[in-house]
Amino acid sequence: MSGINGALILGKPALGDITAAVSGIVERKPPRAWYVAFGISAALTLVLGAMLAHLVTTGVGVWGNNQPVGWAWDITNFVFWIGIGHAGTLISAILFLLRQRWRTSINRAAEAMTLFAVMCAGIFPLFHVGRPWRAYWLLPFPNADLAMWPNFRSPLLWDVFAVSTYATVSALFWYVGLIPDLATLRDRASTRIRQVVYGVLSLGWRGSARHWRHYEMAYLLLAGLSTPLVISVHSIVSFDFAVSVIPGWHTTIFPPYFVAGAIFSGFAMVVTLMILARRVYRLENLVTMKHLDNMCKVMLATGMIVGYAYAVEFFTAFFSGNPYERFVFVNRAVGPYAWAVWIMFTCNVIVPQVFWLKRARNCIPLMFVVSILINVGMWFERFVIIVTSLHRDYLPSSWGYFRPTPVDILTFAGSIGLFLTLFLLFVRFLPMIAMAEVKGVVAGGKTHGEAKA
Amino acid sequence: MKTGRQYWRSLEQLAGTPRFQEWLRREFPQGAPELAGQGSRRRMLRLMAASLGLAGLTACRRPVENILPSSRGSEAIVPGVPNWYATSMTVGGLSFGLLVESHDGRPTKIEGNPRHPSSLGATTAHAQAAVLSLYDPDRSTRVLRQGRAASWDGFEAFAAQHFAAARVGDGARIRFLSETACSPSLEAVRRHALTRFPGARWIEYEPLNQDQALAGSEIAYGAPHVVRFHFDKADMVVSLDHDFLGLDALSLGWIRQFSRRRTADSPREPMNRLYAVESRFSMTGAAADHRLRLRPSEVRRFGEDLARALGALEGPAPSPNRFLDALARDLKASRGRSLVLAGPRQPAEVHALAHLLNQALGNTGVTVTCSRAPRDDARLQIRSLQSLAAELAAGQVETLVVLGGNPAFTAPADMGFQGLMRKARYNVRLGLEEDETSAGAEWHLPEAHFLESWGDGRALDGTASIQQPLIEPLYGGRTVAEVVAVISGYKDRRAYDIVRNHWLAGWPVRDAEKNWRRALHDGVVSGSSFPEARPAADASRVAAALQSNPASPVAEGLEIAFTPGWATWDGRYANNGWLQEAPDPMTRLTWDNAALVSPATASRLGLATGDLVRLSRGRHEVAAPVLVQPGHADDCVSVPLGYGRAMCGRVGRNVGFNAFLLRTTDALWSAAGLELRRTGRTARLALTQNHHNMEGRPLILAATLEEYRKDPKFVAHSKPHLEPFSLHKEPSYDRGNQWGMAIDLSACVGCNACVLACQAENNIPIVGKQQVLRGRQMHWIRVDRYYQGSPEDPGAAVQPVTCQQCENAPCENVCPVAATTHSPEGLNDMAYNRCVGTRYCSNNCPYKVRRFNFLDFHKGLSEAGKMVFNPDVTVRMRGVMEKCTYCVQRIEEKKIKARREGRRAIGDGEIQTACQQACPAGAIVFGDINDPASRVAGLRNHNRGYGLLEELNTKPRTTYLARLRNPNPELA
Repeated sequence: MSGINGALILGKPALGDITAAVSGIVERKPPRAWYVAFGISAALTLVLGAMLAHLVTTGVGVWGNNQPVGWAWDITNFVFWIGIGHAGTLISAILFLLRQRWRTSINRAAEAMTLFAVMCAGIFPLFHVGRPWRAYWLLPFPNADLAMWPNFRSPLLWDVFAVSTYATVSALFWYVGLIPDLATLRDRASTRIRQVVYGVLSLGWRGSARHWRHYEMAYLLLAGLSTPLVISVHSIVSFDFAVSVIPGWHTTIFPPYFVAGAIFSGFAMVVTLMILARRVYRLENLVTMKHLDNMCKVMLATGMIVGYAYAVEFFTAFFSGNPYERFVFVNRAVGPYAWAVWIMFTCNVIVPQVFWLKRARNCIPLMFVVSILINVGMWFERFVIIVTSLHRDYLPSSWGYFRPTPVDILTFAGSIGLFLTLFLLFVRFLPMIAMAEVKGVVAGGKTHGEAKA
Repeated sequence: MKTGRQYWRSLEQLAGTPRFQEWLRREFPQGAPELAGQGSRRRMLRLMAASLGLAGLTACRRPVENILPSSRGSEAIVPGVPNWYATSMTVGGLSFGLLVESHDGRPTKIEGNPRHPSSLGATTAHAQAAVLSLYDPDRSTRVLRQGRAASWDGFEAFAAQHFAAARVGDGARIRFLSETACSPSLEAVRRHALTRFPGARWIEYEPLNQDQALAGSEIAYGAPHVVRFHFDKADMVVSLDHDFLGLDALSLGWIRQFSRRRTADSPREPMNRLYAVESRFSMTGAAADHRLRLRPSEVRRFGEDLARALGALEGPAPSPNRFLDALARDLKASRGRSLVLAGPRQPAEVHALAHLLNQALGNTGVTVTCSRAPRDDARLQIRSLQSLAAELAAGQVETLVVLGGNPAFTAPADMGFQGLMRKARYNVRLGLEEDETSAGAEWHLPEAHFLESWGDGRALDGTASIQQPLIEPLYGGRTVAEVVAVISGYKDRRAYDIVRNHWLAGWPVRDAEKNWRRALHDGVVSGSSFPEARPAADASRVAAALQSNPASPVAEGLEIAFTPGWATWDGRYANNGWLQEAPDPMTRLTWDNAALVSPATASRLGLATGDLVRLSRGRHEVAAPVLVQPGHADDCVSVPLGYGRAMCGRVGRNVGFNAFLLRTTDALWSAAGLELRRTGRTARLALTQNHHNMEGRPLILAATLEEYRKDPKFVAHSKPHLEPFSLHKEPSYDRGNQWGMAIDLSACVGCNACVLACQAENNIPIVGKQQVLRGRQMHWIRVDRYYQGSPEDPGAAVQPVTCQQCENAPCENVCPVAATTHSPEGLNDMAYNRCVGTRYCSNNCPYKVRRFNFLDFHKGLSEAGKMVFNPDVTVRMRGVMEKCTYCVQRIEEKKIKARREGRRAIGDGEIQTACQQACPAGAIVFGDINDPASRVAGLRNHNRGYGLLEELNTKPRTTYLARLRNPNPELA
């Protein structure tokens, strides 16, 4: 065990050192890099607001969506952000249940990322509708004026339930995990405001054995509750496509394919963010090469699942004998959007293969580049699925082509800005590493549940 | 007297001041108006009359003359219940009978008049769009004198003084220039004017005219004749560059008769065969069984060869030619049952040849009949215009009265007509728009639209119809006859009196009123068609004409051919957004015209669709985008006229390029010597269809008549046999009315009338070129066109596609808010106000017939523009999905009517959808598929019937009838 512990936490810090290192980030003035990053992100967030205001006042036509491509960047971005969110819950819940101790240094940031990604994701289905002021009609609420329920047969409605449940449980899970650390911050607070705010947020945590007992139980239950959600939310998102009759969408492989892709992209995003955070805040001792190495392995594995799914899709199209299905896949490979397909294939299948090499898994700049490329590739995967299937379906007379408008591009850039802004605020005001949990994996420590074992 | 408790209302009352007493006593408190001075009885009556007059002035715009509703006998207007009036529309000197729906005095929808021989209840796309032009806010709205606001009174005063006999004498320096007129009442006014001014001349000019046909008949028969075709009797049709199913159709009866002969109900039924010889790939070419691509100049040689091969013309037999020989044998075999037509863009000699061929084949009097042209003095319009130009140039014209048309735009480019017009001291111009011709005119007078004025006209066969107004002129316009009446001092001044008195005078007094009412009600004057003439074609005269005007040798280089603009015609419809946005049936181009070239010519010249080129002939030059048109004749460039109007309303200004700039007196229809230079720049063309190959998919099923006879169930045999099964019990639609539609692909010629009819009926917005480029056009019905075969010489087939009203509709289960659901009558309903606009339904529609309001496409609509809306159909807001409803408003109207009349059943054919009603080919049938006796049920179970993409188990309610073709086995 010592070997693993040694790799997970370097420098044999005392428990107090960990508290000081993590809390210090929140208590000290942030470094210049934070201000620069925050300035840029906040500006992009304002762009997002402006674009959405333009959209609501003018109409969906400010985007490039058309006949036959009714969904384009809007739903691509939605699936992309929902996918990003997957790593957080996976790390928090599934790796927790599987007793993977290496999750402790990265789970807090990954969960926060999940939450912010789901927020970004939520923007797109809300604003992609023609009349966003009526979007609440998707909610099943008893209403006197309409006296009708939404259509429970529609996958879009399932989305509403899946995503809102996921967002709720993720937020709860994240918050429950934060309570002991919030109490630490409260106890160390030097200003009145901090005392009050962290005091209220820590819900009267005193660290008594009874508190810890309830806390551990709640955490375990929430982990159990989240685990099926990791699988369900992206499966249901994939139903948006799988339930339709459109060739390229109508396929049963989508749920596992989407979940694997989501974990893939989520881990890539965690790697991107953690590489930056550990560098800026000098957390090399807490987020070690071991963590990064493990995440690279997860990316390699999920990347290969995704590659396998691509291959199976092509094979099924050929094997089914369905001429429409065959056409879609030939069209993907050589049609007008072939460039997007090849970007997707390169980034998602070929590039992660470098992680077979231990050297690559130890090279942080390479890892950083690959993690970004994977996210580019995964964005294109959703774009390919949505746009190439729609732009040439059954009747050749209706075939078209989609070109994004500047508003499309700025809206997506703005959503990245919102994501980064929220993440930077999180880094600034909340402990980005779960102190209480990390202490469990230092030499001789025990993490969740292990005390009993 | 004081009783009870005393309350006081004010301090003044309490004090009982004299002023208060005075105030109490007065009937009207101070400040209320009182008649100043002495009120008198006279003054009282005067005021009453004034207020009555004011009330009357602001009242409705309905005409005060008697107009009679057609099919519903109520004179009273019931709010919300439309009335129908018969009227007529004149284009190119021919009138088409119409029935117009009027909602509370507001015309909204045009249908064909079933009693009228040229419309038979159907309409052209252009007629459908006429209501939009009526309410066009860019129409001419004011009288102008030298560009400054003036009034009709001012013009009348001017006319009285200017046209006084003392001043103009016999009117030798007056010239009238009008469009081709076919109005009997205008003819009376014209005759009066020419009697009043014996020295004046009246010139008719229309850029797209029938000059060549009249001249050709004069060669063949010695006198100009109007030709009528009887496609119902023709087994074999040969078109020499005549787009008789498309823009050259002079009567919609042609399409109806032709299509009837192509829809074999059983394999035993005979079917006609069409050979088309043409340069541009036209709708006629698409319908043809055999098509020969020839440059316009080569058609004459082909006609001569054919005439020689059939022995109609002396001369050496032509060298063997597979197409010609097969055609000649076919024609010989069907003597008296064939028909040869020459197109209006072919020279007179080709028309003469056609007459000769028809006579030699025994067709004259059977499939072709003639009547004498209405006026023998009709000369070639271009010659009249040339002599007018000469007079103008010589300064011999003092007053030029231009009545309608837009000659400054449409006259041949070498004439410089716009400049010549300035040479007349006074230009008086009556026009619908303030256009190129109005510029610099002394007087510009707003012309009344045909839907707001009285008139009359004659159809191709001479049948006269009265043109009833549906509304008082919106902008105070007047008709041609009214203006000439003012100028010439005709006895009647108002159009109503001019028309009515003209017709009443021709009838016995006893019947006059009754006849008048009957003519208004029916929309046709009975017994008014021209008597049939039976002239004999003189082969020697034709041969002499051919000899005296030998065909120019086929020249090297490019040839130019002018065609009517699909949307604009000769430019008159340029400001009509419905037409501009309706795709050209063959090229699928909207909001533009383009120079069409064949793929071979394009690759030889290194051109691609969208390349901007300079076309020049002599010193005339214009820049145009290229569109590569499969099936076009090689070494030939077709340019549609009527686009590129510089002085036009906001919709049509500078849309496309002006091909009139290349059209010269010596090259009115086609000519050699075109030069084409690439500019290196490109233009974006808004095409509504970018892929023209069916990709081997079973979308349009087709067979030859021979195959159909061998295997009457070829449709069933060409589709994979599927046993659909369901995991759940599917709803059965076997009770009550179950609506369905059948579209016969053998009959459809792809004319787009259905597209425009749907647009007018269902308040469908236009989106503009930029949005069409983004693929956001809103048409609920579209006509898909696919090519088959080689790109050089392909065949083409068309397929109207609208919502298929699937019983298993993929759109319905994916809508999260249940905005689109199934009605018990099998309609796929769309609840606009429930729609939030996720577009999921559209994504999941295999037919891609749903249309989304990406933006507010009704933004900035003028008050007049709003009047065109059909009040029975919701106007959709932005962010909402919409699609074909099978005209549910028409279904409901008839259901309510049936219920009110105590009937339970709705008769077959009682409900007509807008597309069905407009269809000249009768290709669309709508009805109750639950009624085994209905036509639609029969067609659904027809052996040619099939559902589009039915292998998806969508169970479409719209079914198609496979396309039949009848090629000559010799040429197969």
